[in-house]
Order: sequence, then structure tokens, then C-alpha cells
Amino acid sequence: MEREPQKNTPLQEVWKRFKRNKLALGGFIVLVFLIIVAIFAPYLAPYDYAAQDYTSRLIYPNAQHWFGTDNFGRDIFSRVIFGTRYTLFIGLICTTVAAFFGCGLGLIAAFFSKLDNIIMRVMDVLIGIPAMLMCISIVAALGSNMRNMMIALSVTAMPNFARVMRAQVLTVRDQEFIEAARSIGASNGRIMLKHIVPNSLAPVIVQFTLGVVNAILMSASLSFVGMGVQPPNPEWGLLISAGRAYLRSEWYMCILPGLAIVVTTFALNLLGDGLRDALDPRLKR
Amino acid sequence: MVLFKYILKRIFFMIPILFGVVVIIFTLMYVTPGDPALAILGENATPEAIEAIHIKLGLDDPYLVRLTKYFLGVFKGDFGISYRTGRPVFEEIMARYPNTLILTFSSVALGVLIGVTAGIISAVRQYSLLDKLLTSFSLFGVSAPSFWLAMVLVLFFSVKLKWLPATGSYGLKYWVLPVFTLGLQASASIMRMTRSSMLEVIRQDYIRTSKAKGQSNFMTIMRHGFKNAQVPILTIIGIRITNFLAGAVLVETVFSIPGLGAFIISSVNFKDYPVVQGGVLWIALNCIVITLIVDILYCFVDPRIKSAFSKKQKQSTVSSVRQGGS
Repeated sequence: MEREPQKNTPLQEVWKRFKRNKLALGGFIVLVFLIIVAIFAPYLAPYDYAAQDYTSRLIYPNAQHWFGTDNFGRDIFSRVIFGTRYTLFIGLICTTVAAFFGCGLGLIAAFFSKLDNIIMRVMDVLIGIPAMLMCISIVAALGSNMRNMMIALSVTAMPNFARVMRAQVLTVRDQEFIEAARSIGASNGRIMLKHIVPNSLAPVIVQFTLGVVNAILMSASLSFVGMGVQPPNPEWGLLISAGRAYLRSEWYMCILPGLAIVVTTFALNLLGDGLRDALDPRLKR
Repeated sequence: MVLFKYILKRIFFMIPILFGVVVIIFTLMYVTPGDPALAILGENATPEAIEAIHIKLGLDDPYLVRLTKYFLGVFKGDFGISYRTGRPVFEEIMARYPNTLILTFSSVALGVLIGVTAGIISAVRQYSLLDKLLTSFSLFGVSAPSFWLAMVLVLFFSVKLKWLPATGSYGLKYWVLPVFTLGLQASASIMRMTRSSMLEVIRQDYIRTSKAKGQSNFMTIMRHGFKNAQVPILTIIGIRITNFLAGAVLVETVFSIPGLGAFIISSVNFKDYPVVQGGVLWIALNCIVITLIVDILYCFVDPRIKSAFSKKQKQSTVSSVRQGGS
């Protein structure tokens, strides 16, 4: 008797397609590497990121100090390594919070048509204010620090998730399996959580990676203008801001931490593109 | 007539959004801790002087009264008085607004020039070495923070080569680096969108038909391909303009350009909240208007959108007549 070929699960299919995209896989590996760096920062950093040494101020990159030292004699490489924690923490937490609330609102808006208009018009208003200005307004109102910046980033990212989720739920909710679930007496909550959400997550996952990139770039921007993480914390945007005054002579102070941002967002963009292609091969360009 | 109705409809949809934007921005500044009277008079102000400011500016009025007054003021172009300079906020905004406009529109123009050209080439030569190079460049462009890119360009063109000035806005050559910085960023996202949109179009049957009829490759791409790929490109151009109006603050800071964004940031530091409120609102209004213009341009770029709107209108008229009849 001939055996039927074993069928892959949808997740295995996605992974198979994702693996074929070498650039996306590269982005994924870089992201995993950065997470490891963030977790083991105290063991990987050659110096204490806050330790000041006035005898070795403004030293150019060399074998002892790979990224040189700043105007307080602090090792920039160690500060960049610890900065990974701030960047990934801000990017992932803000986007997770935004995704949680945004998707929740999008789901409710699409599922309960009476609430659709109210929720989506509020989202339209939030999108009407450009993200950067919204963040500046929220931070101006609440005060310049990391927590308030994270609140601002989460609020500004939320409407995008709500829109993506709503659009996806609208296509899923009228399908036959939802009707079948309803006909066997499943409650609204069960239908939403067990059937609609799992079938609506693909574009949300792609939006999530883009959201993390945005959050990282926005947090660096806000810290750069003094409205985010405050000194002496080694956030990358703040490191660039601190090095700005020394650009003419000690260029490495802002260029090298900036490269860390570029590498991270580049990897995340590759990952996002790869996930988009893997989750919906019809979109592949 | 159809277009006029479409525009009216879009403007009608704008009104509640505008109202919501005013409410949100006013509320954010309303809940900001600290007494505005102290920001105006300084920490050593007498209680009588503080009281006088409270009465003059209506600071003790309830929230809804102040919101209504602010809303009516905005309607008349009165955004309040700057705590820092004592001048009307609208005048302060207008003094800096042209710089932000010049920076935004010049950058987007450069971005369109580079992005659209590179996007078309990249799509036509898909999977070639040139395509890979251009795609990598565009990915780098969307990954690099604008303020960092600005500093890299300053380091290279001002510090090392000494070709261009690093800061200021005193003449044409002072604008080259800021415009180039934002232009490169804009070109990256425009290129990605153009490439993606063109790839979708050039696989269509009518492109093959056009080639089969003997049309040259260039003419086919431009007359049939690009023409049908313009809507998403227009969308990303609109998004870029609104992003730069709001986000040029960083580049303005690096190049010391006296633009609106940099003014808003310095006003936050001075706790000059009427300026923050007015500036944010002004840019938000601009963004909403630009979104409206892009919406209208869709009809010119793709007449199918206009006809879809008119069909929808006809259907709704027919259904309302039917409902009335039954």
C-alpha cells in the first residue's frame, strides 16, 4: 500500500518559504544576534558603560577601545552594546503594546458593526496627527523621559494595527467556518479568539516588524532632540546626539552608534519583507 | 460634476477629523502640569500678577469653555500668544513656515526624481545586479535615521571635502545638504513603491499586447506601465510630504535651519505651550489638506477611481429610490 505524503502544517509551510529567502534569513539571524547581545550585555561589554576615565578622553577607535571613547572617557563600544537593550526593549515593548490594543480595537470594530464607526473615526483622528508631532505633544504634556516616550510611541503606532486588524477581520468574519462555529453555538468571544484572531494574524505579524523599525527610529529621533531617554543612559539616539558637537574632530562618536541603528533596522526590514513574502506568497515581488 | 461631488465628500469627511485633532492637541496641552502664568512671568512673580494673567488668559475657565474659545480662535486664525515672545503664535509660525515648506517640497521633488527613475529601472531589470544594488540602496535609505544620515553627509561634504556649508540657511548652497538628506530618504521609499507597483503592472496582458504590436520597450513601459502604476506612487509621495512637514525637525536641528519643527522643539523646552499647540495643529492641518489633495489627484491619475465613485453614487440613488418605492 502506498503511503500518503505527509502534509506540512501552515506554520511549517511559512517557515519553508521564509528559509528560502536568504536575505530575510540573514535579517532574522542578525536580530537573534542582537537579542543575545542585549541579554548578555554585561558579559560582552569590555568596560563598564558608565565608567568615566578622564585620562582617556576622546580616544580614536583602537584595539583597546573598538569604537573609541567619548568626552568623559567612556568606552563607546560598551555603551553601544548596552544601548542594544534600550533599543530592542523600546522597539519590542512599544510595538507589542500598540499591537495588543490596536488589534483589540480593530477586532471589536470589525466584529461589532455598531462600534465600528466610533472606533475607526477615533483612529482616523489619531492618524491625522503626524506620528512625530503626536509623540512630541504627548511627551511635552507628560514630561521628557523614557516611560512617557514609550507611551507616546505606543499610542501613535496603535491606529495602524487597528486598521490592519479590522481589514483582515472583515474578510475572515464572513467565511463559512465562522458561520459553522456560530451554528454549533460558539460564543462571540470564542469565535473571535479561537477562529478569527488566528486567521487574521498574518498581516499583523508583518505590521509588527515594521512597527518595531518605526519605534526604534522614532525613539532614537526623540532621544536625539532630548525628548526621550535621558543622559547618561546609553540609548543609541542619545549617543549620536552627544557626539554631534564633536563631529568635526571625533566623527566616530556619532557615526558608529548610528551604524548600530542602521544595522538593526536594516535587519528588521529584511525580516519584515521576508515574512510578508512567506506569509502571503501572492505579494512576492 | 462627479469630481466636484467627490471633492465635497472628501472635504466633508475632513471636518470631524479636524475637529478631533483640535480636541486632542488642546487636551494634551490642557493636562500639561505647571502654571502658564509662571512660564510667562517667571518663578518670582507676585500672586497678584499671576492672578491678573489668569484672568487675562481665562486660565481659570472650565475645560469646555477654554476648548470652545480655542476652537473659535483657531477658526479665525488666532492660535493664541507666545509666552516666550509675546507675539501672536500664528505670526511666529508664519515666520518659520516657508523654510519648512522649502525643505519639504525640494526634498520630495528630488526624491521623486531619483526614486521613480530608480524604481522603474529596478522593476524592468528585475533580479539583475543593478536591481540588487538599487534595492539595497533603498533598504538602506529607509533604515537610516535622517539625523544620522545628515551628519554623515556633513562629515563627508563639509568637513572632509569642504564643498558645502554645514549649517545655516543663508543661500542656495546652504540648502543642498538638508535637501539631499531628506531627498535620499524620500527616494528610498518612493523607489520601493515604484518598483513594487511597476512589477505588478508589467506582468499584465496589455503590456505583452503592446510589445507584440511592435511598441518599443521604453514607450510600453512609460505609456502603459508607468501610467497604470501611478496611484501607489502618488500615495507614497503624499505620505512623504506629510512625514517631512512633521519630521523635518531633526534635519532642521542638525543644519540649524529656522524651520517650524525646530521652533516647536525649542518651545517645548521653554514650556511655551501655545506655540507647541499652534505649531502642531498647523502642521496637522497641512497634512490633512495634503491627504485631501492626493485623494483628488487620484481621480486625474486614474479615471477609474472617479468612475467608481460615480457608479457608487448612481447605485445609492437607485437603491434609495427603490427603498422609497417599496
